[in-house]
Amino acid sequence: MTDFLSDKDRIFTNLYGFQSAGLDAATKRGDWDNTKRWFENGPDWVIEQVKASGLRGRGGAGFPTGVKWSFMPKEPPADRPSYLVINADESEPGSCKDREIIRHDPHKLLEGALIAGYAMRARAAYIYIRGEYIREAEALQRAIDEAYDKGLLGKNAAKSGYDFDVYMHRGAGAYICGEETAMLESLEGKKGQPRLKPPFPAGAGLYGHPTTVNNVESIAVVPEILRRGSGWFSGFGRENNHGTKLFQISGHVERPCVVEESMSIPFRDLIERHCGGITGGWDNLLAVIPGGSSVPLVPAAEIMDCPMDFDGLRDLKSGLGTAAIIVMDKSTDIVRAISRISYFYKHESCGQCTPCREGTGWMWRVMERLVTGQAEVEEIDMLHDVTKEVEGHTICALGDAAAWPIQGLIRHFRPELERRIAARKNAMLEAAE
Amino acid sequence: MTAATYSSVAHTHEMAPEKPDHHAFDGFQWTEENAKSAARQIAKYPEGRQQSAVMGLLDLAQRQIGVQTETQGWLPIPVIEFVAKQLSMPYIRVYEVASFYTMYNLAPVGKYHVQLCGTTPCMLRGSDDVMRALNEKGIRKGKTTPDGLFTLTEVECMGNCANAPMLQINDDNYEDLDADSTARIIDALAAGDRPQPGSQTGRKSSEPAGGPTTLKEFTA
Repeated sequence: MTDFLSDKDRIFTNLYGFQSAGLDAATKRGDWDNTKRWFENGPDWVIEQVKASGLRGRGGAGFPTGVKWSFMPKEPPADRPSYLVINADESEPGSCKDREIIRHDPHKLLEGALIAGYAMRARAAYIYIRGEYIREAEALQRAIDEAYDKGLLGKNAAKSGYDFDVYMHRGAGAYICGEETAMLESLEGKKGQPRLKPPFPAGAGLYGHPTTVNNVESIAVVPEILRRGSGWFSGFGRENNHGTKLFQISGHVERPCVVEESMSIPFRDLIERHCGGITGGWDNLLAVIPGGSSVPLVPAAEIMDCPMDFDGLRDLKSGLGTAAIIVMDKSTDIVRAISRISYFYKHESCGQCTPCREGTGWMWRVMERLVTGQAEVEEIDMLHDVTKEVEGHTICALGDAAAWPIQGLIRHFRPELERRIAARKNAMLEAAE
Repeated sequence: MTAATYSSVAHTHEMAPEKPDHHAFDGFQWTEENAKSAARQIAKYPEGRQQSAVMGLLDLAQRQIGVQTETQGWLPIPVIEFVAKQLSMPYIRVYEVASFYTMYNLAPVGKYHVQLCGTTPCMLRGSDDVMRALNEKGIRKGKTTPDGLFTLTEVECMGNCANAPMLQINDDNYEDLDADSTARIIDALAAGDRPQPGSQTGRKSSEPAGGPTTLKEFTA
């Protein structure tokens, strides 16, 4: 019997926006509750709490958040201030959780920004929000203005004695800016093309200064971790996969939704409880892309009882990513579904590295032929080889992200690819007779 | 002239649209209000880092052109030059930003910029039906309707996947669409109305249809 998360343990209590996103309502829900008290034991104490909570980054990579913060300089010189950059560029197909935090619970994000900024000794935070989130950006700016008006941000923020500014920076339509170093380039007013690492942002990030880039959800859960204690947060989920998590379920379920649940909830329970099941019933499930478009798909039989967490999905050669779960039933043209993802990566390649710039277009064109079976069987292996040539040979992970969905398709649906090629050949032969 | 010939002439015309005047809006200046807004944006960044404001200023400029032309605006050369001068940047550095990010229009668009998400999560929930409904209204991908009202662009994932399929029209999102609701929205816009944005099936936001399975005491 699965232990579903109960409402008293949900962090994002205004996830759906039934209540006001404003400061008064947020305060009633528990936000900005004497925030300065977390500063009494010093920044390292905050970092220790976040480490102990087991929080792993919610933007896809899953790196331990507290550990990331500990890489920042302990005594930044005045002429070389540190920065916190909050990644609100949510653009991974399937992902739509940060949007709900920003438009419905923005004060959790701002309070988290102050606490995180203090812990890593940052001077200011820039929240980089994707350009298409226009109404969301308006909501976020309203929340920032409110927080400044009440003295919660800026000089002596929340009467803590600590000066901390939060600024919103709007993107303008480029998926790649969700990659942390591309985001820094974009913040500096340039094309969003990823930087070589090292140096890592904690050493030389925004304007060459020490910088940490964290996802919206990673930051927004921090105040509640402090209020309830790290043991409360780490009490959810399996070892190494702790906490509550915003899951986003799209595609062929009866009722798609965003919902906060316990990490490690089995796939079947998540879908049954919150989404009303698979369209047409469980026997109609074909495959699932469990972590946003860049992770390989998982066939129905393998995912049914899988714990939805970092390790559970890694064991299936896929990943939790942002917990953006794209469900596909048996009505899906699976080859077209993946080909559309290939088109996405072709469109979003920044063009800096040749394997990605050329490879994403090449892979998409072959995928389009595989949709109709207009290919030779040998091309399946050739396509797989090309994905391996792209994977790991680019500055950032976009090349990998373009390669993995195709690898997943070939791994699990090769017979379907071969069937389409054979069917087309037969049709051509019949037409010729 | 037969009907078939006639339609192929129209097609040729569609394929070769009038070239925009890239030197339009010579002498571009901020309105008083936008000059203040531009200054506020520049002030977000440290001294000497005003280049960081380039994205915000390009957006502001595009919106100003939009207001002037009653469209969603675009960025001709003199406008890009104006932004470059204000931020002490070489023109090419601003142009490469303007051409890198998809939200800057380098050619004019209509009064309504209709952006259809066609990425897989929307595709699975029927973005093809939305595209067909738009086409039936004479709105075609990559084109502006002859009356100048609608420009259609197919865009990549807009982050509304639990409310798919969706359109972004100007600054608003229309979610949980099907062919009928799409047609209704387009008709309303053509009639000069502003249809209610958000879910078109009555959802508040991304809760499960029919009501949330969680947080019920927070729904009041």
